[in-house]
Amino acid sequence: MEDLKNILAEHPFFKGLNEEYFALVVGCATNLRVDAGKMILREGEDANQFYLIRSGKVSIQLMTPNKGPIIIQTLHEGDILGWSWLVPPFTWHFDAKAIELTRMIALDGKCLRMKCEDDHDMGYELLKRFADIMTKRLESTRLQLLDIYGDRS
Amino acid sequence: MATDPELLSLKIDYKRNPMLPWPFQIQRVKHETEDTFTVELQPLGALEEFAFQPGQFNMVYVFGVGEIPISISGDPAKSRMLVHTTRAVGTVTKAMDKMRRGDILGIRGPYGTPWPIDHANGLDVVFVAGGIGLAPLRPALYEVVAHREQYGKVVLLYGTRTPLDVPFRQELENWRARFDLEIYVTVDRAMSGWRGNVGVVTNLISRAPFDPRNTMAFVCGPEIMMRFTTMELHKRGVDNEHIFVSMERNMKCAIGLCGHCQFGSVFVCKDGPVFQYGKIKDMLVKWEI
Repeated sequence: MEDLKNILAEHPFFKGLNEEYFALVVGCATNLRVDAGKMILREGEDANQFYLIRSGKVSIQLMTPNKGPIIIQTLHEGDILGWSWLVPPFTWHFDAKAIELTRMIALDGKCLRMKCEDDHDMGYELLKRFADIMTKRLESTRLQLLDIYGDRS
Repeated sequence: MATDPELLSLKIDYKRNPMLPWPFQIQRVKHETEDTFTVELQPLGALEEFAFQPGQFNMVYVFGVGEIPISISGDPAKSRMLVHTTRAVGTVTKAMDKMRRGDILGIRGPYGTPWPIDHANGLDVVFVAGGIGLAPLRPALYEVVAHREQYGKVVLLYGTRTPLDVPFRQELENWRARFDLEIYVTVDRAMSGWRGNVGVVTNLISRAPFDPRNTMAFVCGPEIMMRFTTMELHKRGVDNEHIFVSMERNMKCAIGLCGHCQFGSVFVCKDGPVFQYGKIKDMLVKWEI
């Protein structure tokens, strides 16, 4: 548990979080190892966790009827995977798969969600941090949608 | 357009007239991707070598079709072979795409400002390329790799549409296999079998291994990509003086006379195409320049 605490404390996502909230987060954390090629989460399933990637590579993908799974984004060491645990209906909207052996810290989102309901200050703190991640992912997605690489001749 | 014996015996000094193209013969055409190809050319007549600096471009003339600016994508150390890589998107490049070994192209150049590689001595060098923007950066990569000991970390961040749109594939693999180069490729979308990165090239900057206080960044790609790339470089701490971008405009005369490529107060053909980012940043976000 001490190791997990140290790892979480060093991660930018938790920087500046007060001790009380941080202790709650640490209490909800467990180590997780996923072999290459294994699914981490699937579209439509209950979203009750989120993950901090310690090493490895994860693909966010979407199954399409004719083309099979399309990778939309890859996440790496230090990235946070999953925010659907925070937003109703609390189900995953995409699949996530380990491209290579991936080590993560899994955080119990269901437990944190209840704590956020009880303590809105904590909920606001976590939401601000996830809003930052969501903003960056949205910016990236917008650039992807622009299909920018086709312009230069 | 096969080789004309008269062309082979050319003795005229075409260099004296910057508007007169010099005949070059295609030695090889290589299709890099579905729409991108590389032509290797050798000069005909009295011109035996073609020296250029990384980042410069030529005006390439397909006789009877038209003339367009194309960046040089070959190794500056190999001056007997001129290399251009382009996408078949317009009238001229589509005509070029149909040409084969032995055909003749007219070349005027080299023109424009080069990548200031000599200013990067002792620094980390970060190349950020998007799409066909890798082609104008390739000569600079050759140069840096040839004098690898003069630089700190050397990083290439490359983004393109799909895995099938990655040009110079073998070369990138060779560079990736070296321990003294960091090569990262990302694509906008990929099928499940792709084990590389997916996402825009700007996503790679935050985790790229370089020291932002001692880094020179060379950026080439669509303007919107270059804008967002510079934002990410700024977030890492690289200042405008250490960021260089290659602009693309509709160059016609290539010698700063006609004004086709005017970009605010500068002519891209003469003052560029490589600019220090700080000098053009305000114009990049303006409408109707």
